[in-house]
Amino acid sequence: MSESHGHGAHAPIDARETPGEWEILEIAVRELAIAKGLITADDHRRLLEGIDGASPALGARVVARAWTDETYKKRLLADGSVAFELGIDNYDRTNLIVLENTPEVHNFVVCTLCSCYPRPILGLPPDWYKSPSYRSRAVRWPRVVLAEFGTVLPEDVSVRIHDSNADMRYLVMPMRPAGTDGWSEDQLAKLVTRDTMIGVTVPRVPLAPG
Amino acid sequence: MSALAACQAVRIADRRTVGHSRVPTYVRGARGTVERVLREFLIPEDDAFGRPNGRRLTLYRVRFAARDLWPQYRGSASDEVQIEIYEHWLEPIEEEVKP
Repeated sequence: MSESHGHGAHAPIDARETPGEWEILEIAVRELAIAKGLITADDHRRLLEGIDGASPALGARVVARAWTDETYKKRLLADGSVAFELGIDNYDRTNLIVLENTPEVHNFVVCTLCSCYPRPILGLPPDWYKSPSYRSRAVRWPRVVLAEFGTVLPEDVSVRIHDSNADMRYLVMPMRPAGTDGWSEDQLAKLVTRDTMIGVTVPRVPLAPG
Repeated sequence: MSALAACQAVRIADRRTVGHSRVPTYVRGARGTVERVLREFLIPEDDAFGRPNGRRLTLYRVRFAARDLWPQYRGSASDEVQIEIYEHWLEPIEEEVKP
């Protein structure tokens, strides 16, 4: 196994696997659509580029703006489409609901039926979000599942688990951590990670060195 | 026009389906409360079969006390599951609505 190009040993990268039935079907339909002039190859490439380009950093900007602008936050909670005002491409016309975490209520999100997720604003879902284990257990044992992510909530905080099962998608707005007074939107956005916006954890201020 | 309003007590139809729906079995037959009224969408039963001109019905968010869904539930009495249900799966029931 060659390590000459500077990273650890791994199996050779081999993209020669035989495509599966669904992959062949996708290629056939896409090539037909292009041949018939319904879409262009560039349309298809651009869509994939957009899908791969979306990341949790987009959602983090929305949350940080809401933390610093009360009027924006009120509008966002009343109508999730306000999130897309910040130049975020809503490429699949996601219908968004923003859920505010408070000292009394902790929200988190699952799709028990498949992997529904606010992709234009968070990117593609993590593998665990799609796992049968998370999907079946989050609605049945929400506090146990949260504890497995390191999030232990006191009894007097209500847990609200949202099954993203149909046409709406959900973004959790976590609580702004203490000790962040005077922080800029950019500084705050760095605290807002993907998992805090799914709701399985909460943002934390890193301990000051020393 | 939506037939139900927020705070209405409802029962989810306990229906068996052939083909696609978006109603997980764990809420079928369960009692809950309308949390909010969303808008009309093409129902999945028609959408899944490529009928873009199929029925459009109002979608609702329904909340359930976790303890009502899972009799063995251990956690806070105020823990909730919320989910989206289309109008044709909702049966209004007479029940005192908790504030």
